[in-house]
Amino acid sequence: MSEPLLRVEHLTMRFGGLVAVDDVSFTAETGRITSIIGPNGAGKTTVFNCLTGFYKPTVGRLSLTGAHGRFLLEQLDGFRIAQRARVARTFQNIRLFAGMSVLENLIVAQHNKLMRASGYSVPALVGLGGYAAAERDAVEIARGWLERIDLVHRADDLAGSLPYGDQRRLEIARAMCTDPVLLCLDEPAAGLNARESIELNELLMWIRATHGIGILLIEHDMSVVMGISDRIIVLDYGRRIAEGTPAEIRANPDVIRAYLGEEEDEELPPEVAADLAREGRL
Amino acid sequence: MAATGTTVGAGAPALSLVPEQVWRRALAAGVATFLLTVVIVGFETVSGTGQLALRAHPGAVAFAVIAATLGAAAMGYLQLGNTAVPTVLALLAAGLLGLPLLTGGRDSPFVWLLPFDAMALNWGALAVPAIVLLRVMVIRLGLTGERSVANVAGGVVQRALPWLAGVLAVIALVLPFLPFVDRRIVDIFTLVITYVMLGWGLNIVVGLAGLLDLGYVAFYAVGAYSYALLSVTYGLSFWECLPIAGALAAMTGIILGFPVLRLRGDYLAIVTLGFGEMIRIILINWYWFTGGPNGINDVGRPSFFGLPFDRNPPEGTDSFHTFFGLEFSSYHRVVFLYYLILVFALITNWFTLRMRRLPLGRAWEALREDETACRAIGINPTNTKLTAFAIGAMFAGFAGSFFAARQGFVSPESFVFIESAVILAIVVLGGLGSQTGVVLAALVLIGLPEFFRELKDYRMLAFGLGMVMIMVWRPGGLLARREPTLRLGKGSAAEP
Repeated sequence: MSEPLLRVEHLTMRFGGLVAVDDVSFTAETGRITSIIGPNGAGKTTVFNCLTGFYKPTVGRLSLTGAHGRFLLEQLDGFRIAQRARVARTFQNIRLFAGMSVLENLIVAQHNKLMRASGYSVPALVGLGGYAAAERDAVEIARGWLERIDLVHRADDLAGSLPYGDQRRLEIARAMCTDPVLLCLDEPAAGLNARESIELNELLMWIRATHGIGILLIEHDMSVVMGISDRIIVLDYGRRIAEGTPAEIRANPDVIRAYLGEEEDEELPPEVAADLAREGRL
Repeated sequence: MAATGTTVGAGAPALSLVPEQVWRRALAAGVATFLLTVVIVGFETVSGTGQLALRAHPGAVAFAVIAATLGAAAMGYLQLGNTAVPTVLALLAAGLLGLPLLTGGRDSPFVWLLPFDAMALNWGALAVPAIVLLRVMVIRLGLTGERSVANVAGGVVQRALPWLAGVLAVIALVLPFLPFVDRRIVDIFTLVITYVMLGWGLNIVVGLAGLLDLGYVAFYAVGAYSYALLSVTYGLSFWECLPIAGALAAMTGIILGFPVLRLRGDYLAIVTLGFGEMIRIILINWYWFTGGPNGINDVGRPSFFGLPFDRNPPEGTDSFHTFFGLEFSSYHRVVFLYYLILVFALITNWFTLRMRRLPLGRAWEALREDETACRAIGINPTNTKLTAFAIGAMFAGFAGSFFAARQGFVSPESFVFIESAVILAIVVLGGLGSQTGVVLAALVLIGLPEFFRELKDYRMLAFGLGMVMIMVWRPGGLLARREPTLRLGKGSAAEP
């Protein structure tokens, strides 16, 4: 079997005495949506911050293998993970360039490609080189994404003036404009209404189907997680307590205990206890 | 009318206002004005026969108190919904002031009506009736909220902006040849354009990259001293030194930029402020190299493509006037310097406008918006910040060389903190990132004080007042709106 897109081995992150992530290992595959779930404070976002270079892991190996080479993410600077290893991410609290237009947000995301096309600015400054053509291509890519997320009519408005749901989708489009092999989404459905959640599911499944990239997803909204995940990893207090398909996770007693509390068995809601008893797990 | 009047009270509970309260407030305003004006304009120190003496200006104080009291009362009546009395009062005051001002000022037969010695202050006093009349207009036309005067005026200016920029450029190009323009005016505008160039240079750092730099004058100093030292020590010409001075300033920018890469906002401002002062103190104390507080004399003057502006060129060489067969005039050099800085400034402007449409310029703006997001999309924040620092510093270096060449003399006194503050004020008041805004702000902050030199001591007062007014009415700066660098379907916006 070939090397998976992302292999996380023994990832541990300590902040002083606090162990936020404790010896977590998992893999993520190209063309699959891998979700990381867990109660608040389980260490999900910390895993993301280690993957995308915002934190340096205390222990662990994070290796990304793609057609463009093999990268050890724990050894790369934050911006190089996006630039070289091509890992893109979104943020739990949206981080768009609010004072720039929607289109500009998507053009800035193609910075490294355009920077090379502009000959690192000097030739393009005096109008030499093929920068104009490269910029036209970049605008076409941006237009394609704007059509997909239905924001063409707002292209020249300030990104900060968009409604919340549109900002979420624009942030995903911006991450995709960096041409990633792995897309890390940190709670993309937070604050979305039911209809917007369904649109988000469709967008993510479309990306998985058409772009052939791996998607790593942190999410609390179970309708999103259970609806589109190929594989789910459950964290609790920084430890991996379960891994499996949505159906397996739904039936896992450790997961249920993590979400509902570690009380005695009779404290479980009767219908859950009945389900578990039927499956012979109690 | 009462209804409209009550809705526009400036934050005051207008409904409960009664005439007694209006007069009580007006008297309070009068007393406050009295206390302020007694110390600010009431007494003036004059050096009489060998000793300092105090000269009192009771007339000026009395006028200020009356103007403030009546002005406050008029505003109060406006809040009550009574526009007739304030209008009559304001028109009367405007008439009494305007009559002598329009009939010859100091030489007018009605000069006894004027409260102040300085003509500019008398014109300034017209502001009181003007504000009242403006307020009347606001109430009559219902211009509040979105339609408030500041917003409407801002919108009009915004729409007129392309025209305004063109008109300013044309005026700048023909200025020295306009009939009423003399040497003094060209000199003033040379100074204004120097600050415009500095403002445009700092705009790259503060307006685009969002790095609050309070020590920008340090790079100006590096440019000026680079040219002065190279010119005096090695006898290099202005044009040979210019690229060297720019490169040295840019290098200083990178050296100062490195340690502050992790800092943002207030912290960055404090550290850059410290760097600015360090450069100045080094210039003072490095005596054998920089001449210390004495500065450097006899800095070479720039030539016109090798033609100096000397009255008597050495035997066998040409000077500007002999080459072109003109009568010698010292005005030639003044005009040449004017066009030199104009070209420098326009190059800075062209560079910035062009840069904004290139990936690096967009990365600067993205960095201003959100550094964390920049990292996440693969923008190298270190390089992006350092290029902004270096390029901003380079333009300050060019401007500094020009400054040294124009003055023929440099000393640390020219590079004090207040210069950084003024340049920053130009950028912020103009509207962060707005090129035309910088021009307007430089005209207001540098040009007006030069034209109103007779106000001497009150200049800083007016400066502060202007800043407060802009911060209240246009908190984003004069021209705050940002145009996107490209639009869908059009590609890059038209060339500048």
